[in-house]
Amino acid sequence: MISAIGGRAAAQLKRAVRQPALWLWAAPLLFLGYFFFYPLISILGMAGQAALGGSLKIDFWGEMWPALVFTVWQAALSTLLTLVVGLPAAFLFACFHFPGKSLLRVATTLPFILPTVVAAAGFNALLGPRGWLNLLLMAVFHLDSAPVQILNTLGAILLAHVFYNTTIVIRVTGSAWAQLDPRLEQAGRALGASVWRNFREVTLPLLKPSIIAATLLVFLFDFTSFGVILLMGGPKFSTLEVEIYLQTMQMLNLPAAGILSALQLAITLGLGWLSSRLGGVRDIPLLPRLKGEGMRPAHSWGEKVFVGGMSLVLALLLALPLLSLAGRSVTRLDADRGQRGAIDSGLTLDYYGALFVNSNQSIFYVPPVDAARNSLGYALTAVAFAMTLGTLASFALNHKGRANRFLGLLLMLPIGVSAVTLGLGFLVTFTGPPVDVRSFPLLVPIAHSLVALPFVVRILQPALASIPNQLRQAAAVLGAPPWRVWLEVDLPVVGRAMLVAGIFAFTISLGEFGATSFLARPETPTLPIAIYRYLSLPGALNYGQALAMATILMLICGVCIFVMERISLTE
Amino acid sequence: MNIRRLHFGQSWSSILQICLVISLATAGCTPAAPAATVAPTLAGPVTLNVMTHDSFAASQEVIAKFESQNNVKLNFIKSGDVGALVNKAVLSENAPLADVLYGVDNTFLSRALDEGIFSPYHSMLLATIPEQFRLDPSDQALPVDYGDVCINYDKGYFTSKGLAVPGTLEDLLKPEYKGLLVVENPAISSPGLAFLMATIAHFGTDGYLNYWKGLRDNDVLAVNDWETAYYTNFSGSSGKGAQPLVVSYATSPVAEVVYAKDPIQDSPTASIVGPDTCFRQVEFVGILKGTQQRALAEKFVDFMLGTTFQEDMPLQMFVYPVTSGTKIPDSFVKYAQVPVKPAQLAPLDIDRNRDTWIQAWKDVVLK
Repeated sequence: MISAIGGRAAAQLKRAVRQPALWLWAAPLLFLGYFFFYPLISILGMAGQAALGGSLKIDFWGEMWPALVFTVWQAALSTLLTLVVGLPAAFLFACFHFPGKSLLRVATTLPFILPTVVAAAGFNALLGPRGWLNLLLMAVFHLDSAPVQILNTLGAILLAHVFYNTTIVIRVTGSAWAQLDPRLEQAGRALGASVWRNFREVTLPLLKPSIIAATLLVFLFDFTSFGVILLMGGPKFSTLEVEIYLQTMQMLNLPAAGILSALQLAITLGLGWLSSRLGGVRDIPLLPRLKGEGMRPAHSWGEKVFVGGMSLVLALLLALPLLSLAGRSVTRLDADRGQRGAIDSGLTLDYYGALFVNSNQSIFYVPPVDAARNSLGYALTAVAFAMTLGTLASFALNHKGRANRFLGLLLMLPIGVSAVTLGLGFLVTFTGPPVDVRSFPLLVPIAHSLVALPFVVRILQPALASIPNQLRQAAAVLGAPPWRVWLEVDLPVVGRAMLVAGIFAFTISLGEFGATSFLARPETPTLPIAIYRYLSLPGALNYGQALAMATILMLICGVCIFVMERISLTE
Repeated sequence: MNIRRLHFGQSWSSILQICLVISLATAGCTPAAPAATVAPTLAGPVTLNVMTHDSFAASQEVIAKFESQNNVKLNFIKSGDVGALVNKAVLSENAPLADVLYGVDNTFLSRALDEGIFSPYHSMLLATIPEQFRLDPSDQALPVDYGDVCINYDKGYFTSKGLAVPGTLEDLLKPEYKGLLVVENPAISSPGLAFLMATIAHFGTDGYLNYWKGLRDNDVLAVNDWETAYYTNFSGSSGKGAQPLVVSYATSPVAEVVYAKDPIQDSPTASIVGPDTCFRQVEFVGILKGTQQRALAEKFVDFMLGTTFQEDMPLQMFVYPVTSGTKIPDSFVKYAQVPVKPAQLAPLDIDRNRDTWIQAWKDVVLK
């Protein structure tokens, strides 16, 4: 009797394990195929055709080689620095309670959504030749010229990359860390291992997959960086992404742009392959810890210093530029008319008020509320797309098979393709029904979800893999159909990972500019696009409104993330 | 088994609900945006697609008038800066995105004509436009507006330092202006390219590099885009940077007054309008080949050359109308200086040499 039931359950289980990989892949692959590979191949095909007609400049590689080397070099340095800040920060959030924790965590996410031009303004307000730091140093040490000259240097690029991407390490590695079963470490300690040895031999190996995932994502973001290179580094620095933009949009040199795009994609694939080799061993299934278990306030002096110091570092590095922006948006900014001091001092909400007035009756004026609604609408749609497809793909990836590994690599490609290349692909591919680039309203969130998908998969897949199969088997034996197993076993365990993945999809969409500017229709601009519109005209009111709009973007995003975390992390 | 149920399914849906509530709430408290989609009915308006650069703007009233008179819905497709705009049109030539393209200027005109994206339109209204703006004799590209890229200066800086404002390109090499000028990268930025053209027009193709060497030795600062140059580096703008001289537009001082937070009597900035210090940009409109709406497209081009639109342009895009006798707003007369002899180069020369000039500029200024 017992064995009969066991036999049936085992057969059911086997079927459930064998079949799904294919149909799980169906939706994500169709989506990627139609909205990513189809346009990408179209545009690369055009480049190929153009290449047959003409030839590259003789010294093409001589000119591109420095850009390629610099792209890799700055990305490696930036990633390293991001890990140096991000890993201790992940530890901080995963293992300690401290006052202001949830606020600080939200603040570390906000840089991710800021348009580069706004972030650059924030850094300039802090570190520029007339920034607060220099003014302070000049006043204290009685200097005549600004001692800190960081803008337009490699240092500025690195700083901005750390500013933008630390949140990836904090969220990706931190959520895995918070999920570790503390009893393993307790066992290690009980067996006499030192704190250090415990960390090296127990914690670190368990965290390895998430550290590799975070490193890969950070590297790819730095590798394809565009705005930061242009705005923080200045004209002396050029990367593959910048060259692709120049070759396509200024020089109309499609063959060159095509080769560079293909190179960028190949490197992305290579890195994805490398990371899957490094993380190669299948994730070790472990019982997840209870919510809040193993988290504690700092006890010893060392811990207190760490918690205080690390919070301070994060506040200075990530929150201060944001605050300086918000500060500027309520400061009178009227241009200098020989009475700078007198004008500077006042506070005002006028820039916010002005956002609600279409002062010159422009057809492209958009009230902030509408821009916010557009942004939120796009972001929620992108989250829905990315989470649905990402969840399916993550489940599929956890089945064995070589094809799976290959398909997993394909999922990474959208991060490695330049927004210009994909945007142009959309323009030349989707020219009529059913999908028309001029009118199809879902293209913007679709483009956003393409970028978000690799994040969702890299975060969800290890979390799903870490669920001990016995749990699912037990549920199946007790008669639960597969959907119920998913709902009652998997979902509760991967809740935290789902939250993190959802937040990433949300923030990627809110802050995305490159693809959006290609695809958004002028009457439905997002907040970042509205910010750029104000910044493209001279005048105090335009500048003030741009900063006010950026502050609104940060507030909306901050509130949404705060609420999401509140709901699912504190029960 | 130590697994506590987290009710995640519930929390997730409540997250969505909250965000929906937020977005609905934000939707609720203002009048709705103009309807995003217009359902075409038998008697309903047809759509005319117009590709423009990102700086295109017009008054609601003016556009609405054209739409109701012609039973048409204008759909503007903003396509980046002028280079991106032209290249997008070229790349989508086989399945054109639009019926009309507005915004190609004299620095990219030749490429647009060579690639044959336009079909000619000999509008009657061309007769009202002075000869100097009609750079395309084949009438594929029709001039709409013009403006000058000039160096702007921070009045307060020069007054407070008791320093004379430089009057010529040569003046900028003087030691008293060391480190005071910020320019844009001509490879990325349209005004940056225009200023490079001004120096080429003035010093010739064999002299301009020497001039730029001199500027480099005088610590000229190069940044990539106009936004950074104007708002981060220029001391006369609200960004309060360090350089009192910036490559911008002759109409920027007007915008400083129009968009001042509180009404001001005088602009904090002005332009240097010596011989060849400014480069004149002329912007064109053309009917794209392959349009199914030829008649409407012609009407729209005529509309752009007509009085209503020409008078609307200055305060929307901060450019001058090309049509003779168009009224110019008072603020333009008061706060914008008009260069007597702006620099100009033949569009064909620009197109042939643009990439070479830019590369040479990079080699000199950025090395």
